[in-house]
Amino acid sequence: MKILVCIKQVPDMESKFKVNADGRWYDAADLAWRMNEYDEYAVEQAVQLKEQVGADSDLTVLCIGPERVKETMKKALAMGADRGVNVADDNSHQKDPFEIASIIAEFAKEQGFDLIFTGMQSQDRGSAQVGVLVAELLGLPSISTIVDFSYADGRISAKRELEGGVKARVSCATPALVTCQLGLNTPRYPTLPNIMKAKKKELLSVELAELLKVEGKQETSKIYFPEKKGGGLVLEGDASDLADQLIQILKEKTAVLA
Amino acid sequence: MKTLLVAEYRDGKLLGSTYELVAFAQKIGAESSMFLVGSETVLPQYDGTLYLADSSKYGEFNPAVHKQLLLDVIAREQPEMVVFSHSSYGWDLAPRISLALNAAHISEVVEFVDGVPVAPVCNAKLRREVKANTVQTVVSLQAGAFGLSSDPVGSPRVERVETDTAPQIEFEGYEEAEAGGVDLSKAEVIVSAGRGIGKPENIAMIEALAKSLGGEYAASRPVVDSEWAEHNRQVGTTGQTVSPKLYVACGISGAIQHLAGMKKSEFVVAINTDKDAPIGEVADVLLVADLKQLVPVLTEKLQIL
Ligand SMILES: Cc1cc2nc3c(=O)[nH]c(=O)nc-3n(C[C@H](O)[C@H](O)[C@H](O)COP(=O)(O)OP(=O)(O)OC[C@H]3O[C@@H](n4cnc5c(N)ncnc54)[C@H](O)[C@@H]3O)c2cc1C
Repeated sequence: MKILVCIKQVPDMESKFKVNADGRWYDAADLAWRMNEYDEYAVEQAVQLKEQVGADSDLTVLCIGPERVKETMKKALAMGADRGVNVADDNSHQKDPFEIASIIAEFAKEQGFDLIFTGMQSQDRGSAQVGVLVAELLGLPSISTIVDFSYADGRISAKRELEGGVKARVSCATPALVTCQLGLNTPRYPTLPNIMKAKKKELLSVELAELLKVEGKQETSKIYFPEKKGGGLVLEGDASDLADQLIQILKEKTAVLA
Repeated sequence: MKTLLVAEYRDGKLLGSTYELVAFAQKIGAESSMFLVGSETVLPQYDGTLYLADSSKYGEFNPAVHKQLLLDVIAREQPEMVVFSHSSYGWDLAPRISLALNAAHISEVVEFVDGVPVAPVCNAKLRREVKANTVQTVVSLQAGAFGLSSDPVGSPRVERVETDTAPQIEFEGYEEAEAGGVDLSKAEVIVSAGRGIGKPENIAMIEALAKSLGGEYAASRPVVDSEWAEHNRQVGTTGQTVSPKLYVACGISGAIQHLAGMKKSEFVVAINTDKDAPIGEVADVLLVADLKQLVPVLTEKLQIL
């Protein structure tokens, strides 16, 4: 069984963000980078499937982005992917979901993947489009936002998460694509021996020009910090003082301490 | 401008988000028609053309088939903009449609500024204006961003639509959220634990603070996903919606899906090490502090009041 998992590297969301020089994206300097949270579930599910299928399986992890994304790819390799493919692109942050999906589909089209895993969205852009677009470009069925997954005899069964805690049970034949939602599984921490092993795994670079054959349909014209609407009070200082201040506020503004 | 609104229907009910789409069209002053895979017995209150496909025939979740039904309607109506809710139905179907139309799809739109759609970036810490390079566009709207249409009225002019497209996916049924346990909707005070609590043992400190305020404890999704708290304590779009007198968010960043479940709280206190955390947007008081230090001290002081 051939499996592909697509991942993205994103900044830690607790970072202090700045707008970059052209005003159209966040500044990449001084950020801590990590694997998109949704993709951690995708990688884990792909590795679990590989383990289930056994010797006959092969798992590729694909990531589009600049040199630094290789660090994130190494984590996926240490979690259990067999090889990495980096589509080298210093401007991946400017690509729209259609361009990103087209690059992935172009890579995947003649490789005969039985299953493709992606995150349901990225933490930075949050468009929630790429996975479904890849499947549509490849003519595959796709199930988005899954919180449960199993595979047997050429079919996948999954639960899609809907609003309000309701889930939909669905199934389809492979080849297929699924997009992974938070809580799908418990992503493993790479162990030290597996981190060492991952260093010897193949990590290929592919030129963007080989795979990018379309033009984007949208662009970010401006990025900015939202105006602070809430006139909320911001208090800093020592824990004991803060506690006293808060109790005073709760007494004045709410009835809960009455 | 001509828009086509994609309404939603689940388990025999029309979803309320349908009226957010109507409100959106009103707000931007656009003409609209509506598409729904649903039932004749629960029509929306809507003054316009409704293209209706029968869900008993085409299923409630059946992407390939809904896609074809909708594409046929788009071919007839020629809308400049196709409008979805950014929901589990919308974000599944919208990319399929945008690709088929070769149209830009702008996700999770929160507002239009001078006709330009704006979407959140990085957990809503930033926002971006998005320029579409195609004439026809697809947008999916963030839940709640455009309000509800004031007093939905009218009865639609129904046009039935059909297709013989084959499904790709089999829908096998719904699974309801587990009921039981705590009823957060009745709690007057809720103290909620986010990923910032760091480890499962720290739930105890959140629970103690909740007790000292005479309330219940709740949690954000990662805390529930990690099984540090039960699902019936989760607040947010995929958990419960609460509106207590006081909501204390401890180590919660304030993602939109969390805010959707608690922003109607009367008074919101946030405890967070990150001064810029989006929870600050809805907090009446943001205490910039390490919750592991502040929560025990606060609990102790409340206990001796
Ligand atoms: C379709 C969908 C549905 C979802 N439904 C829900 C839902 O129902 N409910 C929900 O909650 N989420 C939901 N989410 C997830 C949501 O997007 C966020 O990922 C989640 O709310 C983040 O939880 P958090 O704030 O606890 O964690 P994080 O975003 O990781 O934030 C942790 C916060 O803790 C702070 N912190 C860290 N350490 C400390 C410390 N020592 N003291 C004080 N503060 C500290 C950090 O500054 C940060 O702000 C959903 C997502 C999707 C895509």
